[in-house]
Amino acid sequence: MNTRNTRTPASRRTVRHRLAADIGLLVVAATFVLPLAWVILSSVDPQANLTVKLPDGVTLDNFDAVLTPEITFTPLLNSLLLCGGGTALTVVCAALAAYPLSRFRSRLNRPFLLTILFATSLPITAIMVPVYALFVQVNLIDTMQGTIFFFAASQLPFAIWLMKNFMDGVPKELEEAAWTDGASSLQSLLRVVLPLMGPGVAVVTVFSFVMMWGNFFVPFMLLLTPEQMPAAVSINEFFGNRGTVIYGQLAAFSVIYSTPVILLYVGVARRLGGGFALGGAVKG
Amino acid sequence: MKSPARPAAGPPPHPTLRSLTRVLPLTPATVLLLLFLAGPIAYCAYIAFTDLQLTGQAEDSFIGFDNFRTAFGDEAFLNAVWLTLVFTVISALIGQNTLGLALAALMQRASKPVRTLVGGIVVTAWVLPEVVAGFLLYAFFRREGTLNAILDWLHLPTQNWLYTLPILAVSFANVWRGTAFSMLVYSAALNEIPKEITEAAEVDGAGGWRRMWHITLPMIRRSIGTNLMLITLQTLSVFGLIWVMTRGGPSGKSQTLPLFMYEEAFQKSMIGYGTAVALLLLVVGSLFSTIYLRLLRTEV
Repeated sequence: MNTRNTRTPASRRTVRHRLAADIGLLVVAATFVLPLAWVILSSVDPQANLTVKLPDGVTLDNFDAVLTPEITFTPLLNSLLLCGGGTALTVVCAALAAYPLSRFRSRLNRPFLLTILFATSLPITAIMVPVYALFVQVNLIDTMQGTIFFFAASQLPFAIWLMKNFMDGVPKELEEAAWTDGASSLQSLLRVVLPLMGPGVAVVTVFSFVMMWGNFFVPFMLLLTPEQMPAAVSINEFFGNRGTVIYGQLAAFSVIYSTPVILLYVGVARRLGGGFALGGAVKG
Repeated sequence: MKSPARPAAGPPPHPTLRSLTRVLPLTPATVLLLLFLAGPIAYCAYIAFTDLQLTGQAEDSFIGFDNFRTAFGDEAFLNAVWLTLVFTVISALIGQNTLGLALAALMQRASKPVRTLVGGIVVTAWVLPEVVAGFLLYAFFRREGTLNAILDWLHLPTQNWLYTLPILAVSFANVWRGTAFSMLVYSAALNEIPKEITEAAEVDGAGGWRRMWHITLPMIRRSIGTNLMLITLQTLSVFGLIWVMTRGGPSGKSQTLPLFMYEEAFQKSMIGYGTAVALLLLVVGSLFSTIYLRLLRTEV
């Protein structure tokens, strides 16, 4: 900024405005940061309680205490299985479905897309009770595969929508060249279209995974045996029947459980930035 | 949507084969959606009219609109409707929406490092798993938590927030967790406004507030519409956040419809009744969803 040398009234006003905006933002950020600071500081605090405070001494004891198969590894592995399985199913189905929607003109496209868009914004929470009742009847209750199927189905509408938008961005000419060389549709999807929209596929994958990783209600309802619980549900154990909560350990576990999704999100944030992200649909 | 509208030039050449390649890839997704999404919704519409219970009952029977009649005479249900309304208006329509817009507007002017820092913090709150966010805010609002520590330090009266004002506490939690969404939507919308228009207004002597009111807001009104619709729908289905913070208590003072539904269906084993509530929630959701589709009408 070279405003220092050219102090016109206008530029001075810009500087003043920027300063005011910065201060305003920082004030809001301060209130946002307090709960986050609590979890980070408490996780390394030997005497953590419920208030934000600088620890007297930094310790990794809290992490040591929770890094056991029972508390951390099994739930995280369960989370990984559930969300990994759900995400894989979502991405494969969404990529396949998006292909004809993006490539071929058909009378089916519009109704299909409208239904998908309608489904993206339904409150899924509302159907968990009937899903539970249904899963009991068809013996899918308390099974990993049942939960994975439901995870995939609930994430699919949005994934298809996003995937189709990304696919629309891949020029059709390249594919036609592949066809001329004798490739089938499936081959051109796998060898030409998907590689060209790699970042788009990454966004759909990461987004689906992050949504499932953080979801509490679905596994809470559909899984019953403690050994199958993902981290989203097992974290409740810290508030279990034992009475006193060891806040330092709860914080350490929260940090371990949250870090993967934050890193993943940061990884695709650049692509997610801007309006498309959040909705694919949210184009105002 | 800018899908190329030319007829496919390439394979498969055979007409029936061609229509097969167009329908076949849709099958896995469609089957999953029908079995695990449409199926439960249809089942929901059915058991809402029965007296299905969790245990001790051989068969459920069709009882028509009884569940709904019960609901509208049930004080706990009406309480949940009211709290859902309060929760949605305070946390989504007012909180997330206004704060998100304010943050996005300030970011237009702020310096880059501040913008990055603040954006990062707000988005982190959004990416955190729901339950973790719940615990963080639980710790914040507890009697011995951070909020009271700050109030105490400022010599202001403290109280047990989760006990005295639970619905406000969970509303604030939802603002904390959800504002990033509105902020991102509005940032994108504001970035699309041509600079010349605001500059012209500035030259004409319009102050900041007037520019916001007469130029910016009208220009992003479609984003405002879609954003309001989406955050309302998200807020209607919040469960984990409230569950972790208050379990809907004390004595139902933060029990929104999803928590009420859960309690009736599982703690009281009235699946039929709980599902009737779920169906009402779905109907309200569908209404919003339809309005949302209309707003986007020109896009598909």
